[in-house]
Amino acid sequence: MSEPLTCDVVVVGAGMTGAACALYAARAGLDVTVVDRGPVAGGTTGAGEGNLLVSDKEPGPELRLALLSLRLWADLAQELGREVEYEAKGGLVVAANPETLDALGTFADAQRAAGVTADPVPAGRLHDLEPLLAPGLAGGVHYPQDAQVMPALAAAHLLRASGARLLAGREVTRVLHTPEGTVRGVRTDRGDLHAPAVVNAAGTWGGELAARAGVSLPVLPRRGFVLVTEPLPPRIRHKVYAADYVADVASDSAALQTSPVVEGTAAGPVLIGASRERVGFDRSLSLPAVRALAAGATRLFPFLSGVRAVRTYAGFRPYLPDHLPAIGPDPRMPGLFHACGHEGAGIGLAPGTGLLIAQALTGHPPGLDLTPFRPDRFPPTAQEAEQ
Amino acid sequence: MNPMELAGARPQPAFEVTFDGRTVEALPGRTIAAALWAAGITSWRTTRDGGRPRGVFCGIGVCFDCLVTVNDRPNQRACLVPARPGDVIRTQEGTGHAH
Repeated sequence: MSEPLTCDVVVVGAGMTGAACALYAARAGLDVTVVDRGPVAGGTTGAGEGNLLVSDKEPGPELRLALLSLRLWADLAQELGREVEYEAKGGLVVAANPETLDALGTFADAQRAAGVTADPVPAGRLHDLEPLLAPGLAGGVHYPQDAQVMPALAAAHLLRASGARLLAGREVTRVLHTPEGTVRGVRTDRGDLHAPAVVNAAGTWGGELAARAGVSLPVLPRRGFVLVTEPLPPRIRHKVYAADYVADVASDSAALQTSPVVEGTAAGPVLIGASRERVGFDRSLSLPAVRALAAGATRLFPFLSGVRAVRTYAGFRPYLPDHLPAIGPDPRMPGLFHACGHEGAGIGLAPGTGLLIAQALTGHPPGLDLTPFRPDRFPPTAQEAEQ
Repeated sequence: MNPMELAGARPQPAFEVTFDGRTVEALPGRTIAAALWAAGITSWRTTRDGGRPRGVFCGIGVCFDCLVTVNDRPNQRACLVPARPGDVIRTQEGTGHAH
């Protein structure tokens, strides 16, 4: 066993959310240690597309967190934009038929009232924004606030910028507490870390970490595949997706759902999403899922049918039953904070989450109302109720 | 020593492919990468950003470093694609889609 380490806060999880928590906590003057059983960005962070979106969010707490986070991302981009491949590219949501366009228009009206810039694009103007888009679409909405980063680079650079101590390849086996139930650190497979505060930024595995602290948090995985094309010269300018995507994101179905989401990257390959399935932590390739992704993408961009897809990867979005993350102090255990369960939006929501956690750690009033994100908002399991 | 002798290989007769217009002999069963290596060619792509030379790195289809243009189709993995008689192999510049 190594020498016990002492610090102000232990962040569990070296993904995007853990990195953002570390950065804002360190900038608030705290001595931070980040611990992860895997490498940096080894979980959901390394398996996504790096979307920073307001376009897919309805008015409410998640949209408020997204708007805060996008402002913070723009600030971070001043420092680290090139390193993290930040691109304020904007989003373009398209509707295939008049009915979908009507629904999209109503959705965008509500978003606009909540502070989102959402500009209607008539069918005749779609190709000014995306010249290679399929013909015959009914219209769309342009969201200039949507942006993109390369998520693994973003987590790594935010961690580096935080100056936090990083302990990768080290697993937290339990959260230590006093007899009165106050956090006093974590036990890892290689020694204890002593700290009066622990942040659960374990993403899809946040429920497991909560259990190691003796509290419940019902985080579950929602699998998604991304299809990667051969590198291309820049041809797709925005993040482009079909209006049906919003309905899929909000859906509670366990079955496979796909709606095309297409975007270019700074490195050249085009990324094609998005599939959603509830199949536990099963990583095996699903041919129906990637086939549906390819079919959806070529419907939006016919030229993609002549482009080679070179690989695919899968990840697990961490979701909570009401599709909102858990952010803030856990009233059941003083010193325990949660920052997980962001589903497929974690890269975008990370800076806001990190800032809110830093405010909570230092006793400052939160910049957003944390009530909708309370980690103890779910009914206790039958087992807990018994105790 | 010639590795074919070590392995006791008795391949079928060689056929011809071209690399950037130059004729190269290839043995049946060899990948594009193997045929080019056997001809002393170790680089057949330049990188997208710096224009630096690239050839085989992993050799097993994982790293996508050995991408090459074969019969006008760019981004093929030289280490996986079998050479076939008459293949027109060209050095790939950047994404290979510039032209």
